[in-house]
Amino acid sequence: MQIRLHVNGDAHDLDLDPRTSLLDALRHHLGLTGTKKGCDHGQCGACTVLMDGRRINACLTLACMADDVQITTIEGLGTPDRLSPLQQQFLDHDGFQCGYCTPGQICSATGMLEEIAAGWPSHVSDNLEGPFAPSHAEIAERMSGNLCRCAAYTHIVAAIQQAAMAGSQREDAA
Amino acid sequence: MREFTYLRANSVADVPAGATIIAGGTNLLDLMKLEVMAPDALVDITRLDLNRIEPHEGGLRIGALVRNSDLAADPVVRRDYPVLSRALLAGASGQLRNMATTGGNLMQRTRCPYFYDRRMACNKRDPGTGCAAQGGVTRHHAILGASDRCIATYPGDMAVALLALDAVVQIDGPAPREVPLADFHLLPGETPHVETVLKPGEVITGVTLPAPVGGEQRYRKVRDRASYAFALVSIAAVIRMEQGQISHAALAFGGVAAKPWRDGDAEAVLLGREPSDALFAQAADILLKPARAFGDHAFKIPLLRRTLMATLRDATGLEATA
Repeated sequence: MQIRLHVNGDAHDLDLDPRTSLLDALRHHLGLTGTKKGCDHGQCGACTVLMDGRRINACLTLACMADDVQITTIEGLGTPDRLSPLQQQFLDHDGFQCGYCTPGQICSATGMLEEIAAGWPSHVSDNLEGPFAPSHAEIAERMSGNLCRCAAYTHIVAAIQQAAMAGSQREDAA
Repeated sequence: MREFTYLRANSVADVPAGATIIAGGTNLLDLMKLEVMAPDALVDITRLDLNRIEPHEGGLRIGALVRNSDLAADPVVRRDYPVLSRALLAGASGQLRNMATTGGNLMQRTRCPYFYDRRMACNKRDPGTGCAAQGGVTRHHAILGASDRCIATYPGDMAVALLALDAVVQIDGPAPREVPLADFHLLPGETPHVETVLKPGEVITGVTLPAPVGGEQRYRKVRDRASYAFALVSIAAVIRMEQGQISHAALAFGGVAAKPWRDGDAEAVLLGREPSDALFAQAADILLKPARAFGDHAFKIPLLRRTLMATLRDATGLEATA
């Protein structure tokens, strides 16, 4: 079937089997292999992308259902010479070992920090009212949909915390 | 995944009786990849206007397509129905909550590994083939309301809180109707493949909540890891105290039966009484009188007792005064 996907600001017209997941459409049909396939069942988070700014599992989304939304992949967050703040912090904090889960971690953290900024509570929040600080416990809970088989979690959390603090400082200065 | 025809509905009337409805898709697509479910036609209802949370007869109406994350973060839900926010936040992952919908969450299938594995006998997946879970490895299985045909549980958290809040499911179709959530899910009996009262051609359009009752609201979930895991047992509790006595008690239990479980007798014994461990033990005795488990998951009977005692102590402030 004919599908138009909007990815990283560009529109793409594709002829896809309805069974095609958004993940397979990105990787196999658009060549955007930054988004990774781990479990393909929504358990590992390696396929995390942003849909209208919200983090989702691309493996559990049909491409044909995503034809009128803006999709952002790791390729759309930054470029090698112009990294996103989270990409820079992952580098600075060595937030990976093999790197396979990293695009999903960074896309997920990008969406997650927006959720904290919007005042969304989490399972570990003491109260539901907020505001919520990006504590270790909050980040660990909110990132539980992203697994790292190398267990680089300590550095991943440090990178995200640093990006969160830098982000709030930028907002304070603005 | 088997082939299917993809349809998109622009109104409830567009939903064909024979088609399987897809919204968030987080559970359905998982099952379709494993070919545990193999619908001939999928009808995408995500363009229907069912996205709002709005006042309704002193309470709230939650559209069927409201995402779990939006519902958990809604200011009115957080203020007036905190047990619902807490239950939603205890479930799944941030990514899944951004996709999963209110209606779809009510329709999620069991996580029984024998249901998921097509090589295994399963009366729910393939009626009449038997139940490999019984005599197999059990953990997330039922201790209440099971039958010799099926010991699977309903795995969700949201519906447990909705049950404690006396939610009602709004259904559109040839004959629009409203069904109390308590009557929406079915126990397995002889037909474990029939999980809800929803009929072909019917669509869940929303869930309503009565006016808020206030009180102390808790969602306590016990699971094998601290986050992103299904409940072994969970409890949604809404407890109100007046002059040192319990004046309102709503208790719903997850992970223990094929439906979110509620026991009016266990609640009634608490009313008009001062909180005490002896009283809570009485409620637990009533709740667990029909409990049965053969095999590995028998630990859930004492686990549910301890979890209920702890939840009631917490919600009535007994620990603070003891």
